[in-house]
Amino acid sequence: MIGALGLYNYWIVVALMMTGLYVVISRSNLIKKIIGLNIFQSSVFLFFISLGKVDHGTAPIASHTANVHGEILYANPLPHVLILTAIVVGVSTTAVALALIVRVYEAYGTVEDDELHKAEHSP
Amino acid sequence: MAFLLVIAFTIVVQRSLISATMLAGFFSLLMAVTFVLLDAVDVAFAEAAVGAGITTMLLLGTIGLTGPQEKVPRRQWMPLFVTAGSAAMLIYGTFDLPLLGSPHSPAYTHVAPYYIEHAEIETGVPNMVTAVLASYRGYDTLGELFVILTAGLGVLMMLGLRGAGTGSHAGGGGEISMTQHSILRVITKLLIPFILLFALYVQFHGESGPGGGFQAGTLFAAAFILYALVYGTSYARRVIPARGLYMLMALGVLLYAGTGLASFLFGANFLDYGVFANDFASGQLLGIFLVELGVGITVAATMITVFLALAERRHQ
Repeated sequence: MIGALGLYNYWIVVALMMTGLYVVISRSNLIKKIIGLNIFQSSVFLFFISLGKVDHGTAPIASHTANVHGEILYANPLPHVLILTAIVVGVSTTAVALALIVRVYEAYGTVEDDELHKAEHSP
Repeated sequence: MAFLLVIAFTIVVQRSLISATMLAGFFSLLMAVTFVLLDAVDVAFAEAAVGAGITTMLLLGTIGLTGPQEKVPRRQWMPLFVTAGSAAMLIYGTFDLPLLGSPHSPAYTHVAPYYIEHAEIETGVPNMVTAVLASYRGYDTLGELFVILTAGLGVLMMLGLRGAGTGSHAGGGGEISMTQHSILRVITKLLIPFILLFALYVQFHGESGPGGGFQAGTLFAAAFILYALVYGTSYARRVIPARGLYMLMALGVLLYAGTGLASFLFGANFLDYGVFANDFASGQLLGIFLVELGVGITVAATMITVFLALAERRHQ
């Protein structure tokens, strides 16, 4: 990729990351915050995978048919490994967060941040 | 890719949590497509199964417990300033990054060429992602498996599952199930064998094609969750009792760690599979197979447990 287009992916990453961050900061609903956190997390995944991409490369599975240039370029497998595990670990941590939310709801009857704050300070 | 952004913005303004969740699922699917375009097939696989399938189910389960509407938030300018400021700084930072697809980027010039050149010869596994995951960086993956197990245990401690004994009254009152929809029931019955077969294929073919334990585990769990959704959780509980799930969760990690320990017995280092057979590469192949199986079992059992814990919460 040439010129500024080569950075296009990173800008999308930044925009997504900030969207996620905005949701986390500005929304008071805890479930909405979790969705925001997931968007933030996806942007990090996209960043890593973008770093692993190589022009004219292919998926990192060894094959024995060379391309037109007579050699095979593979995408960097290392970020793929890191992100693959991160996705599954991410869903586990999301599950823990959701379980916490359910318990918070059962204890206070609300999942809105500010109402929880009020309930805490006026017993 | 700009479409990803559009969806993300829509999620922000969406008041209904259910549509936000659905959009988040679609967002994940689109993300998976993007990963395919960036040559990351294994990752795309995991993202599609996890993001579009399991996360959506978990979110919906929670929303079902806590109510579907978000309160109208107050207008606040502070978050907007903070995010806009950080965005400006981050964009400024991107100008120092290597261009997309540059073969000279630092990430591509250190350890990656070694993996690409030697992975197939040293491990006998054509899929380099699997080779790096299970062999070169086996320690990391073991650690991550422990994180998943811990997360599963954490959810169990907070929400708990009904005991194996009480789970068996079929179609108990207030149960969420779609047993009355006969079309859904028939289609599900047709689909599940194929999903399971596909999960097994992904599990055991992960060395030579895209796939592996993580993806297979989530696919397997997705099939089970589909069954539980349509037929109700108590029918699903008859397939695997709670005790069995707990055991499977631990069994996967034990299988992984046990494979590591077994290499001690052959006089090698922890998780050094080369010694399992006369020939180094076939030993590696065996080790990777066992480790991936362990990953698959733990991931599937944990996802099913977490889903059941959330889904059964309401009628306790």
